[in-house]
Amino acid sequence: MNLEAIKSEIEANVPGCRLEIIPNTSPSAQHSLLVDSAHAFTVASFLRDGASVRLDYCSNVTGIDWPLKEISTKTKVKKLVDGVEKDVDEIVKTQTGGYLEAVYHLYSMEQRQGPVILRMRTEDRTDRVHLPSLTPLWRSADFQEREAFDLFGIIFDGHPDLRRLLMWEGFVDHPMRRDYVDPDDYEYEPTAHDEVLKRAKEHQAAEGGL
Amino acid sequence: MSVLTESTIALSSGPVTDPGASQLLEVSMGPQHPSTHGVFRMDVSLDGEQVVKLKPVFGYLHRNHEKIAENESYLGCMPYTDRLDYICSITNNWAYALAVETLAGIKVPERAEYLRVITGELTRLQNHASLVGFLMQDMGASGTPLMYAFREREKILDLFEALTGARMMCNYMRFGGCRVDAPAGWLQQAQKVIDAFPKFLDEFESLLRTNEILMARTQGVGRVSKELAINAGLTGPMARASGVNYDLRKVDSYGIYDRFSFRVPLGEFGDVYDRYMIRLLEMRESLEILKQAMREIPAGPIMDPGTKIRGFRPKAGEAYGRIEAPKGELGFYLISDGTGNPYRFRVRPPSLINLTVLEDMCLGRNVADIVIILGSVDIVLGEVDR
Repeated sequence: MNLEAIKSEIEANVPGCRLEIIPNTSPSAQHSLLVDSAHAFTVASFLRDGASVRLDYCSNVTGIDWPLKEISTKTKVKKLVDGVEKDVDEIVKTQTGGYLEAVYHLYSMEQRQGPVILRMRTEDRTDRVHLPSLTPLWRSADFQEREAFDLFGIIFDGHPDLRRLLMWEGFVDHPMRRDYVDPDDYEYEPTAHDEVLKRAKEHQAAEGGL
Repeated sequence: MSVLTESTIALSSGPVTDPGASQLLEVSMGPQHPSTHGVFRMDVSLDGEQVVKLKPVFGYLHRNHEKIAENESYLGCMPYTDRLDYICSITNNWAYALAVETLAGIKVPERAEYLRVITGELTRLQNHASLVGFLMQDMGASGTPLMYAFREREKILDLFEALTGARMMCNYMRFGGCRVDAPAGWLQQAQKVIDAFPKFLDEFESLLRTNEILMARTQGVGRVSKELAINAGLTGPMARASGVNYDLRKVDSYGIYDRFSFRVPLGEFGDVYDRYMIRLLEMRESLEILKQAMREIPAGPIMDPGTKIRGFRPKAGEAYGRIEAPKGELGFYLISDGTGNPYRFRVRPPSLINLTVLEDMCLGRNVADIVIILGSVDIVLGEVDR
């Protein structure tokens, strides 16, 4: 069953949901389905129980960080310059990213189909990072959503036990973010690598010298 | 002669009049404990001997494998995958290679596919052999069965060493094929090991199959229903012991697995005994696959000539590739942004996800059962914590 058919089936059964197919141009051609977070839980439970695909098995859950990125593209535009028509470069700036994404790889053990890839996006990367948890539907998402919370900082509403999984309690940042900087809270063994020596020097200066 | 004076320190609570009343004992099993198979901790609450709560604590071996890989080239990630499940480095290589091949649409030559099947199934043999050995060790059969299993594993590790140069950190596969071809006489040597293997299985089974202690300790212990197994995403021998007929070698038939005839053993009760038996039976099926592969392996190139593995830059896009590793479904999820290193590199670790039901299996059981239930899950902490 292709993704188009699944999309129209969901749209017929879950009123009001906004779906979008994210095309994948690589040879793998694994296209994915972007769901708005308000209807994600209903859509997911429909995919598990109601739809003709019956996705009873959630294989992989993970997060992705997409920081805000400005892409400038040059386009040639015909313009009148001093009464003569000329090709002029015009720079168009577009912004992409600026959100965290949770990705679910769903399969059907019953019908041996898949993967159907479900994506959800948070509103931004700082304070509106809430997404609905799908752990009540698939228990296999339990540890994996905890991991995405731990490493990316996505807060899954409705998760029964949302604690850090791999980092320790009391750790503040989220190490898998693209802009993560490791804390300068340990002594460097000044091995003879330029980079390490430089960092050790900075660290010692900040600590008030040796 | 001194006179005993009355103590000025008041007793915080009175003497125990009702032993065992409503007091739970909290035990921290691990992180340093031989039965945890690595650095892993379980916070257990006990009512007498019975488990009433069990929370696994992860992260002691966490080094953020995914972050390291995102700063590496595609080729540079390959040796890191060896360190995930360090018992089965070759299947880790295979899963990663398969994900990259899906991402970039690379074809693998025939001989390389056969070499992958042969090394992959040998990996499954040595993983399952050492697992059943460890399970016996956890049950208190100290030494002997484990050493029998290690004796066989050693022969397979010798084969790996002759082929790849390393016993455990094999770093054998590349996207588009394998790193080196089998040296002269290697296939004959492998054939000898494969031919001798059933004797070990027979010996092991006659030693233990109907052993009274084994049956008493494992039958009915740590049961997982079929519905729970599917919903909790259990894969590999764990799922098949609960009767879930899901083997990626049959379902996806990645590589050339559709050419071999083999059966998928299924359990009925989903207890520790079933998980133990599934592994013994799977070893026999692996031997079947190996026999067919050894017979049919063709001559030819082992690398796709069109693939440049150094400075490899796949087109932007994403791919999820998964294989049936000895522990379950091992998947790699890669996102490429067109540069030389992956934008996102995700490992779907079967060991971690199979632990989802650990608490369900242990509730109401005795402390001693935790050890063998955990042993039957078959985890490697390098993969759980990544």
